[in-house]
Amino acid sequence: MSELLTINGLTKRFGGLAAVNAVSFSVAKGEVVGLLGPNGSGKTTVMNMISGHLPPTSGTIALGNETISGLLPNRIALKGVSRTFQLVRGLPSLTVAENVIAALAFGRRRLWGDTARLEALSRLDEVGLAHRANQLAQQLTYIDQKRMELARALALEPELLLLDEWLAGLNPTELRTGIELIDTIRKRGVTILMVEHVMDAIRALCSRCVVMNAGRKIADGPTAEALADREVITAYLGDAHA
Amino acid sequence: MSRALLSVFVFALVVAVLAYVPFIAGSYGITLGIGMLGYVTLATAWALFSGPTRYVSLATVAFFGIGAYTVAVFSENMAYPLLLAVAGAIGLAVALVVGLATLRLAGVYFVIFTFGLAELIRQLVTWYEVNVTGTLGRYIFLPVTPEGIYWQLLALATTAFLISWGIGRSRIGLALKVIGDDEVVASHCGIDIARVKLALFAVSAVLITLVGAIQAPRWTYVEPTIAFNPTVSFLTLIMALLGGANRLTGPLLGAVPLFMLFEWLSANFPNHYSIILGLVFIAIVFVLPRGVLAFVEENWRRWRKSGVKNLPAVAE
Repeated sequence: MSELLTINGLTKRFGGLAAVNAVSFSVAKGEVVGLLGPNGSGKTTVMNMISGHLPPTSGTIALGNETISGLLPNRIALKGVSRTFQLVRGLPSLTVAENVIAALAFGRRRLWGDTARLEALSRLDEVGLAHRANQLAQQLTYIDQKRMELARALALEPELLLLDEWLAGLNPTELRTGIELIDTIRKRGVTILMVEHVMDAIRALCSRCVVMNAGRKIADGPTAEALADREVITAYLGDAHA
Repeated sequence: MSRALLSVFVFALVVAVLAYVPFIAGSYGITLGIGMLGYVTLATAWALFSGPTRYVSLATVAFFGIGAYTVAVFSENMAYPLLLAVAGAIGLAVALVVGLATLRLAGVYFVIFTFGLAELIRQLVTWYEVNVTGTLGRYIFLPVTPEGIYWQLLALATTAFLISWGIGRSRIGLALKVIGDDEVVASHCGIDIARVKLALFAVSAVLITLVGAIQAPRWTYVEPTIAFNPTVSFLTLIMALLGGANRLTGPLLGAVPLFMLFEWLSANFPNHYSIILGLVFIAIVFVLPRGVLAFVEENWRRWRKSGVKNLPAVAE
């Protein structure tokens, strides 16, 4: 199996606090991997370092054979990594279509004009948002903003998609739609690394899980095994349950 | 399509009419026109960069003064077109250096830095004139008529307007809007933020430098306190804000009435001019924080909405 993402000894310190401490794992091409862990365990910090939002203190991140750690987000985006954010980040003064066009215009395909517009509409259609294309992003509901953010991330034609709690806050019906949507993306061959707390989604989507606690990796393996790991249960529920 | 054609036609007509003004207006009219076109260009150029990026720059007069001073220093050794080109080039060089150093600063730090920059350049020029050339102040004798200055400024204002229009419809215009909304998202979309900001800052600075260079012969005598008067920065800023810095015609709609108002004030209340100026600044920021155009649009929408809402009530 060829590795798409290889993380080696990744560390991030904020002053004296090691938010991420010597974490190593890899994700193979076409895999959907869950990145789990209790609050504050450093999952989002890992995501931020992969996308270039934060520079690592030490350690390396490689996409294929290319080291991407230390590059700016725009360079990393062009190499094929895109993401959604834990707290949704729409572009409020732009329309929904323009939000997606932004990724198309500066992404790997550099589309512009009518081509970009049509492409944006089909991207929005994928996430079920085409009918809102001309609304301002700030007028969307929370769920629709999440959809829009996903459409924008997909418009970059990523090889690796980072989803940071994309399914959080959805109701059961929306959750089912959301899981199906991610599954469709996976079937297209996009590799996905997802931070998630919704266990149903993790079981349905992730073949493998990496579990973190207090900045360290504590488990890495097939989902069922990783979730049954003694240290993982301790981290989530305390010693009494392990 | 026909609407686009119409606006092109209206634009061309306005420029043509303005170009004809010197033939019918007296010398006061031309002076007024020069001042107004100068500020329209300054406000449009300022908004070009500061509107979408929301980086409030107070460096306007730094570039304006560089333009004026370049003309003052080289006016005797260079042909006039070359003079403008050199001024533009110096403005560009300073913008690139300053831009590379400062565009990483955000919010209030950038505002303070740009204000400091204008003061720094003024002090440097003063120091140089006093210690090296030995005289503070220079005379500018150039065979440029007021009409000539007027037409040059009209051409520059038209250029600034066309650049602003072009950028608004281009990829870089979208990049600016995205950056203005959320820089993190912008960079994750593949936008090279530093490059976009630097390019825009440079274009804006060159336009501003040229306004200073073209207007310089009007003064005949310049010294650093005249050429680098910070009021120019503040006036430009408030004009662009009054009209709405995010719209193409915003700076224009702000610059024309405010320039007229300030002209009238300085003629009628010369002693209280600064006080009234301050009050006008405060009033604009309080009453119309997002500009006249946005204000009118919002109220128009609200008015129409309430009109529609009232209909069923009437029917009942």
